[in-house]
Amino acid sequence: MSFDATYHDQIYKSVGTRPVRPDGVDKVTGRARYGADFNMPGQLVGRILRSPHAHARIVSIDTARAEALKGVKAVVTAADLPDLSDGDQSHYDLLDNCMARTKAFYDGHAVAAVAAIDAQTARKALKLIEVDYEVLPHVVDVDEAVQPSAPVLHDTIFTGGVEPKPTTPSNVAARAEFGHGDVDAGFEDADFIVERSFKTEQTHQGYIEPHACVASVNPDGTAELWVCTQGHFVYRQKCAELLGMDVSKLRVTSSEIGGGFGGKTHVWMEPVALALSRKAGRPVKLVMSRDEVFRASGPTSATSVDVKIGARQDGRITAASAELRYSCGPYADIWAELGAMTSFACYDLENVNTVGYEVLVNRPKTAAYRAPSAPMAAFAVESAIDELAQKLGIDPVAFRIKNAAREGTRSSYGPVYGPIGIGPTLEAAQTHAHMQAPLGPNQGRGMACGFWFNFGGQTCTDLNVNSDGTVTLAVGTVDVGGARASLSLVAAEELGIPYETVKTVVADTATLGYNDMTDGSRGTFSSSMATISSARNAIEVMRNRAALMWDISIEDVVWEDGQAKAIGSTHDNLAPLSIKEIAEASGKTGGPIAGHSEMVADGAGVSFATHICDVEVDPETGGTKILRYTVIQDAGKAVHPDYVEGQYQGGAAQGIGWALNEEYVYGQDGRLQNPGFLDYRIPVCSDLPMIDTQILEIPNPNHPYGVRGVGETSIVPPLAAIANAVSNAVGVRMTHIPMSPPRILAALDAQPTA
Amino acid sequence: MSGIAVSTTINGDEVEYLCQAEETLLDVLRDRLGLTGAKEGCGTGDCGACSVILDGRLVCSCLVLGAEAQGARVETIEGMAQGDTLHPLQTKFLEHAALQCGVCTPGFLMAAKALLDANPDPTEEEIRFGLAGNLCRCTGYDKIVRAVQDAAREMNGG
Ligand code: FES
Ligand code: FES
Repeated sequence: MSFDATYHDQIYKSVGTRPVRPDGVDKVTGRARYGADFNMPGQLVGRILRSPHAHARIVSIDTARAEALKGVKAVVTAADLPDLSDGDQSHYDLLDNCMARTKAFYDGHAVAAVAAIDAQTARKALKLIEVDYEVLPHVVDVDEAVQPSAPVLHDTIFTGGVEPKPTTPSNVAARAEFGHGDVDAGFEDADFIVERSFKTEQTHQGYIEPHACVASVNPDGTAELWVCTQGHFVYRQKCAELLGMDVSKLRVTSSEIGGGFGGKTHVWMEPVALALSRKAGRPVKLVMSRDEVFRASGPTSATSVDVKIGARQDGRITAASAELRYSCGPYADIWAELGAMTSFACYDLENVNTVGYEVLVNRPKTAAYRAPSAPMAAFAVESAIDELAQKLGIDPVAFRIKNAAREGTRSSYGPVYGPIGIGPTLEAAQTHAHMQAPLGPNQGRGMACGFWFNFGGQTCTDLNVNSDGTVTLAVGTVDVGGARASLSLVAAEELGIPYETVKTVVADTATLGYNDMTDGSRGTFSSSMATISSARNAIEVMRNRAALMWDISIEDVVWEDGQAKAIGSTHDNLAPLSIKEIAEASGKTGGPIAGHSEMVADGAGVSFATHICDVEVDPETGGTKILRYTVIQDAGKAVHPDYVEGQYQGGAAQGIGWALNEEYVYGQDGRLQNPGFLDYRIPVCSDLPMIDTQILEIPNPNHPYGVRGVGETSIVPPLAAIANAVSNAVGVRMTHIPMSPPRILAALDAQPTA
Repeated sequence: MSGIAVSTTINGDEVEYLCQAEETLLDVLRDRLGLTGAKEGCGTGDCGACSVILDGRLVCSCLVLGAEAQGARVETIEGMAQGDTLHPLQTKFLEHAALQCGVCTPGFLMAAKALLDANPDPTEEEIRFGLAGNLCRCTGYDKIVRAVQDAAREMNGG
């Protein structure tokens, strides 16, 4: 049946309310099972041996002594994970990251793994593996890596996207350019120009649950994988490809997930767990330590960005350009490209140009982190915009409103916008009480905007009407923070039944068709669309069944308030049939009642936010305290407002940590100095104030309820909003994130004394 | 391998187990007793996901040895509800949506219980410092603090 996804205004009964989530009681009683909470009979303990070197050739690996240790059931190296890439570079890179093949590319790169009867034996076995390394010169800094003198990671990589093809290999894996107009002419027109360089350090998603899985490969080649992941269908696909298995033979179940934020969209050690199990012939549980999470699972890019923006005296921007260098770890990716696309997406620009460079360094493979690449670009651009407003003597909000993108604007990355929320979030900021609140000494206020694309993608759901009229909804997008509540609300809304009668579950890969993962803020957007479609299909079935029960034409049956109603003057005497009555009779009217849907959920509406922040900087210590924080973001339609607010608050808090504290610190030896929560300090409860939220609802025209993704945009503005606030508090423009106390003191010291 | 014999009380039940000298209380709870409510977020005392109450005191069970529980009283998240009646903190965490992924929740509930047991009417600042040993990466703490405030209000008779 064709599905009409266009937005229609309506009065909601369930959507927009705040009921308790269906998986809540399990989570407050300790019963919910996360990655490490699952066990199988006869299970072995897996452990991974990791390179202590930032860059080293693996001359040889001798596993004989480890294999001989009592209790060791399998040892694997790259030799047990044959290269099946067949020229597919991204396949090869993924495999190489799971288990180093010829070189170790970063401190923490896996080189071998063991499975043993217990943790003690596994630990001992790791010590018995002898790896002969030839240590090579390394580079960890993104600006140093692009220098011609830098050690080159791969002598097979020549910068892509450049004509003619370069003749020497380079750490710059690719170049990508976006924009339109003539920026040179635009800068000629400008009365004022701001030109600055900015740096951000590498941060980690910092999910509290380390990566964990249990893999079990049977002698007949079938296998099961229990794993914490943002996308079990994608993990199935990747693991099957890397191990040369049929997709159908691998069944993947996603556990409850203890945070992902993009970091659990890539496979890390799951293929290794499967390889260990395959070799040992027993289930293997593999759980990363926190140290391994930091050293070997994806942090975000470290970046270096040059921005130039010009404006006329009347406050109109005439041209904007940016050059962005993003670290990727050892493997080429599109992180700088995403930065280049998002940089100026908030603005309506006649002349704009951005160029991104993907830079390879001896650090762990960069992974997605909530609106990946956008926060760093926004930090640079929104800082420069603020400075330009100051130069022009215009209020920073008014300056942004004057230049904001709107419906019909051609975005800096290409597409023309539909109805969007940047203007409304700015206007809401302008009139927000926060903007008028008084500030004391050493205090400053800053604001900034942010953009994220949002994804749609492949989605399917099964909606089963049970024999008592309750509903089970099976979805394939992992629930990272309350989505099961939102999707139950959507099913209840569409069917016209109470929320409490709908139970949403996340199905495993063997029981539902393929779903893309929960990334790109797509979970609730795409699965709600598929749920609406499933519900409409189930309603069709139920109208049919009611027509059968009444022996009338289906044309004379409508669905209203969870009931089939007969219309037309000849059917006046027919009392409505409830979903329960229809379900109870289903055995006699054609069997079980269900609605299915398979789709590519197109039309995820772009998302914008404006944040306002007050800080106080201690001039003695350089320490910064967040005094007040406000998030204003367009949700399209907030299905469960509590969890929308939660996304806004969580993203802001992560941004605050990034702005003020969090960074990967490498020693001269290229080893990570702070792979733990003590030295890599994420915000704690006493670091933060309440985080105020304002939800705007500018309907997405491509979703029946107007829903947009909400998960990521909230991390985009904080770096810049806080940098602007700190700069206003101390009177020095801060250009290096995190603005840790030593950096703030250094910036203050560098000031000429008045 | 011989182990250390330990007799202890967990959530009111007498429990006996054998453990190795280097095993933490968290290992014992999770791997020997099947009480997986306490989570290992770091193993180094930095995240609070493994919080339990040992003889009335909030501890990181990853920093306590299994053998140290000899003769002690251990309270874990599995014992927080009385039968099918949730503790007011559990109810308020649900009502306020104070969890997203929920992996930090058992630790926060234990820490909040220890806080309210010692200080039934804490200020916002006391709550924030009382829970500062527990990391949550999802919520920004706002709704957690509100849930604890509301639970305290209710436990004090509204
Ligand atoms: S696991 Fe014990 S404090 Fe983190
Ligand atoms: S809810 Fe995910 S870490 Fe707290």
